[in-house]
Amino acid sequence: MFKISKYVFYDILRSKVIIAYTLFLLIISCGLFIFQNDISKSIISIMSIIMIIIPLVSIVFSTTYFYNGYEFIELLLAQPLSRRTIILGEFIGIAFSLVTAYLIGVGIPILIYAANATGTVIIISGIALTLTFISLAVLASVATRDKAKGIGISLMLWFYFSIIYDAIILGILFAFSDYPLDKAVIVLASLNPIDLGRIIILLKLDISALMGFTGAVYKEFFGSNFGLIYSISIMIVWIILPLSISIKIFKKKNL
Amino acid sequence: MGNNIAYGILMRYLSFFFNCLILVLGAEAHTVNVCASCFDKDFQSAIKNAGVYDTIILKQGIYNSINTIINKPLTIIGENFPILDAKNQDEVISVIADHVNLIGLDIRNTNEGSIKDYAGIKVYKVKYINIINCQLNNTLFGIYISDASHVIIKGNHLKGLNYGKSNTGNGIQIWKSDSVVVEDNHSEGHRDGIYLEFAKHCIIKNNLSEQNFRYGLHFMFSDDDTYINNIFKHNGTGVAVMYTRRVQMINNKFIDNWGDASYGLLLKDMTGGLISGNTFSNNTIAITMEGSDKMRFEKNDFLKNGYAIKIMANCMLDTFMLNNFSGNTFDAATNGQLMDNLFKNNYWDKYEGYDLNHDKVGDIPYCPVSLYSVIVEQMPYAVMLLRSFTVDLLNRAEKNIPSIIPETFQDFAPMMSMHKR
Repeated sequence: MFKISKYVFYDILRSKVIIAYTLFLLIISCGLFIFQNDISKSIISIMSIIMIIIPLVSIVFSTTYFYNGYEFIELLLAQPLSRRTIILGEFIGIAFSLVTAYLIGVGIPILIYAANATGTVIIISGIALTLTFISLAVLASVATRDKAKGIGISLMLWFYFSIIYDAIILGILFAFSDYPLDKAVIVLASLNPIDLGRIIILLKLDISALMGFTGAVYKEFFGSNFGLIYSISIMIVWIILPLSISIKIFKKKNL
Repeated sequence: MGNNIAYGILMRYLSFFFNCLILVLGAEAHTVNVCASCFDKDFQSAIKNAGVYDTIILKQGIYNSINTIINKPLTIIGENFPILDAKNQDEVISVIADHVNLIGLDIRNTNEGSIKDYAGIKVYKVKYINIINCQLNNTLFGIYISDASHVIIKGNHLKGLNYGKSNTGNGIQIWKSDSVVVEDNHSEGHRDGIYLEFAKHCIIKNNLSEQNFRYGLHFMFSDDDTYINNIFKHNGTGVAVMYTRRVQMINNKFIDNWGDASYGLLLKDMTGGLISGNTFSNNTIAITMEGSDKMRFEKNDFLKNGYAIKIMANCMLDTFMLNNFSGNTFDAATNGQLMDNLFKNNYWDKYEGYDLNHDKVGDIPYCPVSLYSVIVEQMPYAVMLLRSFTVDLLNRAEKNIPSIIPETFQDFAPMMSMHKR
């Protein structure tokens, strides 16, 4: 399994895309820290960028890589290896390279300029988002053999999680605004890894505003130790669930 | 006729003589020491035996003082903070005579309950009172000034009896009084730190009011008062001021008032005040105002608040000039479409305009109300979408083609960089 991951990692490194991605993240985060006097403001800007760029790059890059490396996968399938091992190997290889890129591009500047609880939360939720969207990409890739369709699905997934879902939430909140929604919003937040990550980071930053209103609900829930364990486990579920579904599909798939 | 004049002159000399006599006697006012080993051992009997304008020096020790009534002009000085204890039975000291000075006393343990406003020091219907450097612990009301004038309350430290409970009294309460100076006091653990009602021409200066159950400062119907250099922090709901005209609040700090219904400063039905040089930081809402007219907000700093200003549509003719708005989640929120207030030359960190002629003033107006703040105002749960990409998109779309946000709510000449203080 790890041998496959190693080959995947070397292959990704050779393609230079990952290096460009690392440099891009590094320049953005360093730039935001250097040209912005207020650290908390730059953290917020970095967060906004992370919440859009990381899911997009992770999902599109992984899907493309998966399809481009399909011959390699087919070669591996001819070997005495279980399909589960192959998918996991691919996943770990892509994940390792993208997480490394993230840690160098965003992690290092944060460690230099804002090594505190907020920084830690940003790094952790960034890693979780990367893994989640790679996992979703694997799902999109095994779902169909057609490359264009696969990339289309993954783009649609990104679009759904980063834009459409929030609009749906607005609609739900508007429709049920006469009802107490304390528990519902926590469930709604858990159903989208991007929202979950954002709320956890914001609770470390914009507590004042969130505190004032229904934010007290979030603060009470996500701010507690239980909430922390809850959100971490939800994130892990978001990583594992699409991956295990794709393994299941891939096992039964007629190649 | 001549007789009458001679009589008049005689009377004048006589009255002069008597005046001199009184002055001489007055100058000979005694100083009485009270302590466990002194001739006077008891505080209450010492007051009973004292003459007018005497000075009573209380040595260090514990004295019972169950509603000691001071009914003549006296100066009472404590050495090393002698403890006056009401043993939770009644008030500690009631002042009902003019010209009383209370200095350096440690006043403790009033009764509690709602039948009477039990106070550590109650001042009632008198003039020329000084209360200086006293410590008040475990009192329902700390210093209670009622119907008095020309009172100085300075350098006192007041601790209420309940932390986090609602049945406490106020730290410094001034009711229906005139010309009171409240300076350098520290009030904590009460219902309201400083409370004024019908108190005119008062100066509230350099006080620290913190961790009070309700408000740090609360006043109503108290015209022509001035508040300078006070710090109000960590209070249950901040500072609330209502129904008052011509108030000046200068260089105060409103800090860390967090919570569901908290704000830095609540203004309700205020008219013609000046709010200048204040710092509002880390409050859920820095200023929330309702029915307040002709107020001037100048040179204030609004930093890292949830909302900087929440201004109801029934506020008119208010001006906001030369303020800094930085790091606030929402700069402003309102509940209507009409806005008859002037915003000019403020610095807004969210301003995205340009300055072509380099006069440091932005060329396009800034609208501090965002679509999202209108949404959150109507659907509070939508706060979970704070800083989401979708919300940014909606805000941008709304900014270009305004349809929901009030168009009249604008800063016509926003500054490009922060005002230096």
